[in-house]
Amino acid sequence: MKKINKFWLFLILAVVIYGIGQALIQTGILNAFYSNMLILMIINIILAVSLHLVIGITGQFSIGHAGFLAVGAYVSAIITMKFELPFVLAIIIGGIVAALAGLLVGIPTLRLRGDYLAIATLGFGEIIRIVFLNIEYVGGAAGMMVSNISTWTSAFVCLVITILVISNFTNSRHGRACIAIRENEIAADAMGINTTFYKVAAFAIGSFFAGIAGGLFSHNFYIIQPTNFGFLKSFDILIFVVLGGLGSLSGSVIAAILLTVISTYLQQYPETRMIIYSLVLVVVMLYRPQGLMGTREITDFFGKKKSAKGGN
Amino acid sequence: MEWLQQLINGISLGSIYALIALGYTMVYGIIKLINFAHGDVFMVGAFVGFYAIKGWGLGFFPALLFSMAFCAVFGVLIERIAYKRLRNATRIAALITAIGMSLLIEYGVIYARGAQPEAYPDNVLPSTSFNLFGAQISSQSLFILGVSVGLMIILQFIVHRTKIGKAMRAVSHDMDAARLMGINVDRTISYTFAIGSALAGAAGVIFGVYYTKIEPLMGIIPGLKAFVAAVLGGIGIIPGAMVGGLILGVVESIVSALGFSLWRDAAAFIILILILIFRPSGIFGKNTREKV
Repeated sequence: MKKINKFWLFLILAVVIYGIGQALIQTGILNAFYSNMLILMIINIILAVSLHLVIGITGQFSIGHAGFLAVGAYVSAIITMKFELPFVLAIIIGGIVAALAGLLVGIPTLRLRGDYLAIATLGFGEIIRIVFLNIEYVGGAAGMMVSNISTWTSAFVCLVITILVISNFTNSRHGRACIAIRENEIAADAMGINTTFYKVAAFAIGSFFAGIAGGLFSHNFYIIQPTNFGFLKSFDILIFVVLGGLGSLSGSVIAAILLTVISTYLQQYPETRMIIYSLVLVVVMLYRPQGLMGTREITDFFGKKKSAKGGN
Repeated sequence: MEWLQQLINGISLGSIYALIALGYTMVYGIIKLINFAHGDVFMVGAFVGFYAIKGWGLGFFPALLFSMAFCAVFGVLIERIAYKRLRNATRIAALITAIGMSLLIEYGVIYARGAQPEAYPDNVLPSTSFNLFGAQISSQSLFILGVSVGLMIILQFIVHRTKIGKAMRAVSHDMDAARLMGINVDRTISYTFAIGSALAGAAGVIFGVYYTKIEPLMGIIPGLKAFVAAVLGGIGIIPGAMVGGLILGVVESIVSALGFSLWRDAAAFIILILILIFRPSGIFGKNTREKV
């Protein structure tokens, strides 16, 4: 009973937020600059939540997430621009191809642990970028023109689906297996959890949603270039997750919203933005290494009973 | 005889990677931290050398020494400010802090002096080229190779023949046991950072003299590749870093020579992934079993 209530509450909340956003954009209270910022915010939230599944829940430290964003962005752009198929199809196929790329990268690298895994994913992220840089079909270094068809509606629908799937996954039997792997991989293995399977599955799901975000990303800007997906982009996503709290879905959402707003206002001063970013990162790690929310969720502050969402 | 030429180019590039990789490997060997900011120490070294040569009119060797000294202090500062409190933190926290420090140094330098590149003056070292079996070899690349090898020999001497080197080896073997034996662990770690950063600073000056162009973000890619070199040779093993750096440099030159220069950066990462999958302990590493 409780669970169903929560689900409907979430849907109602989502519809209300969607309605407010749509009304503000339709009536022109928010100009193009701000509505663009809203879409960018949603893309960042999807990215943060998808990486949250990999790092926060499964504990696999991946810093090549921008690679999967790039796969989704390029594949969906090819589908709408070269094959002229509908946008919805493009986003879905972009996600699926990114998930396949995630499988391809995940199966060999997820045998590694900790630092080595981080470096290997970083290497794969760079390789994906270099591959796109060398494919003439998608414009090489000059980039690819994409029509601007991402809207608040399409982005919001993707966001709701992403959050629903990932929070349900986390609270399922499979999600608990992933949390067990994060807490202690050897112990999880000894308890009969197929650690390789769950690590690869979480990685592929994370990549799928990164690919979805990529589809929205490429159709929100008029041009995509391989330099958009360098490892600075991966760090951006990483910062959302780390700042929000490793293991907290709502934390990463809040961090993504906050940092998108900050970085939009600091767009004219890119150096200042990066200095603030890096200082925040270092200071948070030194004084509050668990991030803003730790493993708690925002709902924990309202209900009296402790839920085991992120696993404490 | 183009192959010989490419080989020599590769060895020159590789010796720069090797110098940076030494710092990575020493720091990793002692506190198990991938010091992402190391590539940026290399960049700072290149800029300090540039200002010393251009601004103060110093020669190559005084500039090299000045840059090394500056970077040694800089490296110790980074360690004291950011990494020291994280000795007992999780690996992920330490890694993220290192990434943060790296970004902070890069953009701090951009903020302080702008993002525009600088060019080293080209008369720092005499450049004559001579023929060896038909390959054109510039005296510069030989000189650079000589300086790098000299620094590596000095490093070997420090690590194996001095008291502080002995302390470093002891701490990297077992930190707690070393502390019980009366070794000042904090000081040893600071020394490690100082030596590693000095080598990175030297690599920065050498890079500037050899490739002329320097800019604030130049440390990222050589830093990552030097890390690849360290992993290739077996991280934590000093001769491994040298060999790994040289192999990486030669492979990159060969890839460029075959006409795939756009894929050059990918080559390093492909090597990294292959080595991680097939021999994660590196060429010189020994397999260690994981204990519960």
